[in-house]
Amino acid sequence: MAGKLVEVKDVYKSFGEQSVLAGVSLEVNETQNLVIFGKSGTGKSVLLKCMVGLLTPDKGTISINGIDVLNIPLKEMNELRKNIGFLFQGAALYDSMSVRENLAFPLIRNFNFTQKEVTQKVERALDMVSLSHAIDKMPSELSGGMRKRVGLARSIITEPMLMLYDEPTTGLDPITTKEISKLIRDLQQELKMTSIAVTHDLICAQIIADRVIVLNDGIILFEGDLATLTSLDDPFLKNFFSPEYLEDNYG
Amino acid sequence: MTSDSTFEQIRKFFNIIGALSLFTHRFFMNVLKPPYEIKEISKHMYELGVKTFPIVSVTGVIIGVVLTLQSLPIMIKFGAEAFLPYMVTLSVIRELGPVLTALIFAGRVSSGIGAELGSMRVTEQIDAMEVSAIDPFRFLVVTRVIATTMILPLLTVYVDFLAIGGGFFASYISMNTTYDLYMSQVVEVVKFGDIIPGIGKTIVFGFIVGITGSFLGYTADKGTEGVGKASTTSVVYSSLLILIFDMILVQVALWLWPVN
Repeated sequence: MAGKLVEVKDVYKSFGEQSVLAGVSLEVNETQNLVIFGKSGTGKSVLLKCMVGLLTPDKGTISINGIDVLNIPLKEMNELRKNIGFLFQGAALYDSMSVRENLAFPLIRNFNFTQKEVTQKVERALDMVSLSHAIDKMPSELSGGMRKRVGLARSIITEPMLMLYDEPTTGLDPITTKEISKLIRDLQQELKMTSIAVTHDLICAQIIADRVIVLNDGIILFEGDLATLTSLDDPFLKNFFSPEYLEDNYG
Repeated sequence: MTSDSTFEQIRKFFNIIGALSLFTHRFFMNVLKPPYEIKEISKHMYELGVKTFPIVSVTGVIIGVVLTLQSLPIMIKFGAEAFLPYMVTLSVIRELGPVLTALIFAGRVSSGIGAELGSMRVTEQIDAMEVSAIDPFRFLVVTRVIATTMILPLLTVYVDFLAIGGGFFASYISMNTTYDLYMSQVVEVVKFGDIIPGIGKTIVFGFIVGITGSFLGYTADKGTEGVGKASTTSVVYSSLLILIFDMILVQVALWLWPVN
């Protein structure tokens, strides 16, 4: 049986007077794909950012691969970060660098690969997201979906053990949403990664989730599989998956 | 109400200065740590130099021409027109060249750095660097501040030459002064104690431009409004700090190299 890779215990986070996370606890096993559902502003992205040390929780513990990420020096945190991929909501591609340079950047900075190895890895990662033809384009020349794919290629180029996706399909049309979600699922299977995705996108969750958590007002409202979630009688959850809601969000 | 808002603005100004001081401290804690990012520093120096080159060229010539044309009638009135090259050269080298170049550099470069880093902050590019185990402060801030600190003295020397040339041109048009006479007076008057303080303070000004733009961009609030604010406030704060430090450095220079 796969061991626990991520363990979040009783995490609290507030910004001024506003409480965003109010005692969140969760576990993710190796090679499992967890999807965290919730309305906008319920602290999903904050939770992901706490996991990689971009934000510090007010209270609680977070461990990844047995390492307490909140109590390690920056040097050790950076070693851990080399094994974590993070796909940002807007892909966060470096504007001043071409697609090739974006992908090569973490490899050149953090590893001792030769130029030939770097080129091979960049080409392979772009091939996996079907964007080999865009290798010399600048981020400003890419569409929203292409940017997400390049962001995904950059995140997986180091073959991390854990992938974190922050709203991977937000702002994309339903067809591209499906494509990106399938791509995420295929890459996870191929590279045998563990993943946590935060989203409010049902299509994306249906494709990639092994397990689902629903976050509302900073607490976990539901934990289980997607089929159970969609059949529950809870008024909030019913409303969340109601035809009106789905129509408003997905057309 | 007015006094409250004035008080609030003063409080905000000192808050920013306090945070800028901590940011500067962070810079000095990181500047000597490897890797030294020579390639990135050279890239920024080239870009900043090229970006500012046309505007400082025009400024340099105009400083010399205007200073000569404005001063000439007064010098003639006192029968001191022979001292015109002396006055123009010293004014340019000790004060006008360094300060005007720095102010133009601040307007062009500090706002650019503020907008660029602000935009990177807002679009999570800085966060992306951090989660990739790359120190964004060293890669983005330290390299830019070193580049501005190194490039401004070079631009100032260039502007000084152009301003003296502009002064000669205006003098030639107005009084038919020969090149040899003008330049012999320039060479005669310029002393080591005039060049060092003038160029020396541009190192401080270059640092101010880089660190202020970087600070306001790097700490920009979320949203496009934050980017615009970082860009405009970078110019305001760096210009103000240049003038304040100029006042201090002039006193220091006069104490170290008094004018005979």
